[in-house]
Amino acid sequence: MGQFLDLALFLLLLAIGYVAGHAIEQRHYASIRRRERRYRDVLAFPMRFAPDSVTAQQAFLVHGTVVVSADYFKTFVAGLRNLFGGRFRSYETLLERARREAVLRLKQDARARGARLVVCVRFETTTIASGWAPAIEVLAYGTALVPLGADARALAPIAGHETAASRSISRPV
Amino acid sequence: MIVSNLEIIPGRRVASHLGMVQGSTVRAKHVGKDIFASLKNIVGGELKGYTELMQEAREEAIERMTREAESVGANAILNVRFATTSITMGAAEILAYGSAVKLEEA
Repeated sequence: MGQFLDLALFLLLLAIGYVAGHAIEQRHYASIRRRERRYRDVLAFPMRFAPDSVTAQQAFLVHGTVVVSADYFKTFVAGLRNLFGGRFRSYETLLERARREAVLRLKQDARARGARLVVCVRFETTTIASGWAPAIEVLAYGTALVPLGADARALAPIAGHETAASRSISRPV
Repeated sequence: MIVSNLEIIPGRRVASHLGMVQGSTVRAKHVGKDIFASLKNIVGGELKGYTELMQEAREEAIERMTREAESVGANAILNVRFATTSITMGAAEILAYGSAVKLEEA
């Protein structure tokens, strides 16, 4: 009887994990896509140096961070996957979501402080907790640049969204 | 105080190098939130309590690094890097480090 209850609880958790986890993931993706369109005017690049057209200005550190966890179903499937090897598709989407969320928060931070250009973007991923209850932190950080005076005009073709040329830059391919 | 992970700030040049500065903090979340986080593990998604924890901790680390830079007379920290290590379940060390420099207008 006890074993039966254990099994029932396990299957219930698995079902809750699958249904709720899937719903949460779909909702998160919809929210990410919506906000990615909204923050398209903030450009983030991983290059080490500021573009040549950008000179004297303000520079400050911006970052975005998110801690995500896999649902019970994903953790279980990952456990099975460990036996056979191969792609952990359930974890791929988890990390992709987290990374896109971290970049969005970085852009949000930059825009709230008046910047439209972020350079030297770096990622860092850390496992805070593992085992049956994993928690993974994804951090994105970079330097936001705010042009001053005449520089704002020099930068306009890069960071602005007025010209047709810049629209083609900021639109995701 | 300019804090940046760039090596060269456009329009400024480094007048003098003052060595490496760092700031770190170890944080653990309160038990109630830890229990909530383990329940959240059934359905997955963002662990908001942990996100806040990391956010606060990182700001604290930057703050400590900035204070150290001020004490050596720097006006900027360049090439800032972060490192995060999980020490035990629910506790993490957050480290921020960079080069303290004195910048001047180019």
